[in-house]
Amino acid sequence: MTGMLSVAELGHYALVLALALMLVQSTVPLLGLRWGDERLVAVSGTAPIVGFGFLAVAFAALTAAYVTSDFSVLNVWQNSHSAKPLLYKFTGVWGNHEGSMLLWVLILGLFGALVAAFGGNLPSTLRARVLAVQGWIGSAFLLFILLSSNPFTRIDPAPLEGRDLNPILQDIGLAIHPPLLYLGYVGFSIAFAFAVAALIEGRTDAAWARWVRPWTLTAWMFLTAGIAMGSYWAYYELGWGGWWFWDPVENASFMPWLAGTALLHSAVVMEKRGALKVWTILLAILTFSLSLLGTFLVRSGVLTSVHAFATDPTRGVFILAILTLFIGGALALFAWRAPEMKQGGLFAPISREGALVYNNLFLVTAAATVLVGTLYPLALEAVSGQKISVGAPFFNFTFVPLTIPLFMALPFGPLLAWKRGDLLGAAQRLGVAMAAALAAAVVTYVVAGGQGVLAPLALGLGVWMISGSLVDLADRIQLFRAGARTSLSRFLGLPRSALGTMVAHAGMGALVIGVVATSAYQTEDIVALKPGESVDVAGYTLTFQGTTPVTGPNYREERAQFAASRGGRVFALTPSKRFYETRQTATTEAAIKTIGFSQLYVSLGDPIEGGAVAVRASYKPLVTLIWLGALVAALGGALSLSDRRLRIGAPQRAAARQATAASA
Amino acid sequence: MMCGTIRLALLTLLVSLSSAVAVQPDEQLADPVLEGRARDISAGLRCLVCQNQSIDDSNAPLARDLRILVRERLEKGESDSEVQSYLVARYGDFILLKPRFAAYTLILWLTPLAVFLVGAVVALRRFRRAATGEGLSPEEEEKLAHILRN
Repeated sequence: MTGMLSVAELGHYALVLALALMLVQSTVPLLGLRWGDERLVAVSGTAPIVGFGFLAVAFAALTAAYVTSDFSVLNVWQNSHSAKPLLYKFTGVWGNHEGSMLLWVLILGLFGALVAAFGGNLPSTLRARVLAVQGWIGSAFLLFILLSSNPFTRIDPAPLEGRDLNPILQDIGLAIHPPLLYLGYVGFSIAFAFAVAALIEGRTDAAWARWVRPWTLTAWMFLTAGIAMGSYWAYYELGWGGWWFWDPVENASFMPWLAGTALLHSAVVMEKRGALKVWTILLAILTFSLSLLGTFLVRSGVLTSVHAFATDPTRGVFILAILTLFIGGALALFAWRAPEMKQGGLFAPISREGALVYNNLFLVTAAATVLVGTLYPLALEAVSGQKISVGAPFFNFTFVPLTIPLFMALPFGPLLAWKRGDLLGAAQRLGVAMAAALAAAVVTYVVAGGQGVLAPLALGLGVWMISGSLVDLADRIQLFRAGARTSLSRFLGLPRSALGTMVAHAGMGALVIGVVATSAYQTEDIVALKPGESVDVAGYTLTFQGTTPVTGPNYREERAQFAASRGGRVFALTPSKRFYETRQTATTEAAIKTIGFSQLYVSLGDPIEGGAVAVRASYKPLVTLIWLGALVAALGGALSLSDRRLRIGAPQRAAARQATAASA
Repeated sequence: MMCGTIRLALLTLLVSLSSAVAVQPDEQLADPVLEGRARDISAGLRCLVCQNQSIDDSNAPLARDLRILVRERLEKGESDSEVQSYLVARYGDFILLKPRFAAYTLILWLTPLAVFLVGAVVALRRFRRAATGEGLSPEEEEKLAHILRN
């Protein structure tokens, strides 16, 4: 296996070189600015790209060690097995602490390289500073990896067989969820770097605003999709059909999402109207700070839970130092420089800007709520030793009410004009949407048998968000007022960013409908069934037919056969209990049947005496809208990103236009 | 980070203890109303040996014992809050997933409100300033600032 060993060494070496490149990126261009040496400044156009190349080599080396099952590498031995399916040999690379940190830095390097490659139209001073800040972050994390979390550490003698990947991670979810999440998390580092660079320069120009928004949008899109995929993964893999647990680890990704969503909206105001500059810079800092905080919470073991599988305190202290340095440093810089920056652009409370401020107020409060709920038990215990729990009931009580005024106002925002809007006019235009929402609420109330008004109203709120977007669309393309041809051409001429807004808002509406329908109207039964017996759920009759043992590549399972029938339609459901030999771990594989947007969810419990099994069968109405809605929202982000104004070169042309306008 | 991953990793440990079905068929009460109340109460009580799981979600043996205890108290005719107080008296505030409003949870409960109010005040003050400066374009503002400086 000497050949394999040298692959690991190559990876380790590439990692060290990547650190060297990061350090160059962090310092040389800044020195160039100080000494007025263009050649040194120009380094920021190449160093990030070469550095990313080395990171990619390191990552490829670790992947090669996994794929070839090189158990002389400690990390591979701890997290892989020769019989593990090939897909999980690839995804297992980031299914552990060291590998996931490597992926984190790889993505940071990728974003840096993208800025270097496409940032030719940025003022060279701004680009140098942005990439230097990016380089500081990268250097800190590369040091962290090399000093305390080296994935290339070897063991001698090499064991013959690995200890396998945690079975619950042996799922396609591991291929999708973490990379998406990291693209989001780490993507916010660009907004952070731009914010810090702006504070160093003491000003923001047109190019600044035009750059921050697309990068924020990109990060937000991935984070949205990543959180949604994580939620769906937990939903089907954990076996009890929950889709959000308000777990500290989930909150760690949700806080940057909330702040990032606020940032996305304030960046619009800044880009279009030059207002909220200082606030946008602060939000950019806060958003990435929350990403770093998430890294700290999860990676340090501070949650004192089995969650945090990095329980080595030296790692925790190291990340805490990084956290303090970057968050503290950025906020101090902000406190020092921000007061000198000019706020621009006046607007009335009732205006597009006003609506976006309203959005920011609620989103930031929501982020603060999740933050205090997540950290408070830790802080209280540290200060007074008193142990309390803050779980789902707290968040449902505090967070959910904050979303209601936000969602109620959401359709108004895009209909208000900049600077001074007409609320009454917007309300009149939204009349149809309001009628649709009320009708949906009434229908729900009647169909649900007249019990409870809150759930129907909340469902109506989701419909309101969708119908509001449709009204906005119909309005803009003059549907039914102009001819079909005019409407079509207006539709095609619609700015992609406006279309993206509608799609994203409608997606959030769908999400709300899914959440409400599942939470309020799910039916569930928990029963013990013997072969031949059946249970009824939401009109479906599930008959238990018995179990058969099945042997998989690295597990064996007891698979239960169910025949589900309703009105002559019959289909099979096969939930199972799996046992992974190497880790001596059992997992539950739920059987899920999607019917329209709803799902039938069946999972198994323990065998009970007398050949019976415990079965949890539930019908979750419209549950898939939760994830589909989030994906549609992410798609809205992608649409907005494809807007002509945001394409490569546009900032330069716009800057040139502004320059001409200013000189004229 | 890698949120799902780690949560899942944890849950493996828990799930491995037993099954995905937390509430077992034999625990359930015959009266659906009482059982519904039991589920609601259970969702608000922490499984003391788990990380951030309610006893309704957890497969740990202790969670099962607590679920049965909740149901026994309910069958005796106790109200929801009586059952809760009984468990708090026995296990401390740690068992409540929604902490009580008390001196030691003031910051927890008031932070959202404080953030909201501070944000609202800052925004409103900005609007008021904007309203008094109405009629001035950014260029005029700049000119004004220039004049005031000199």
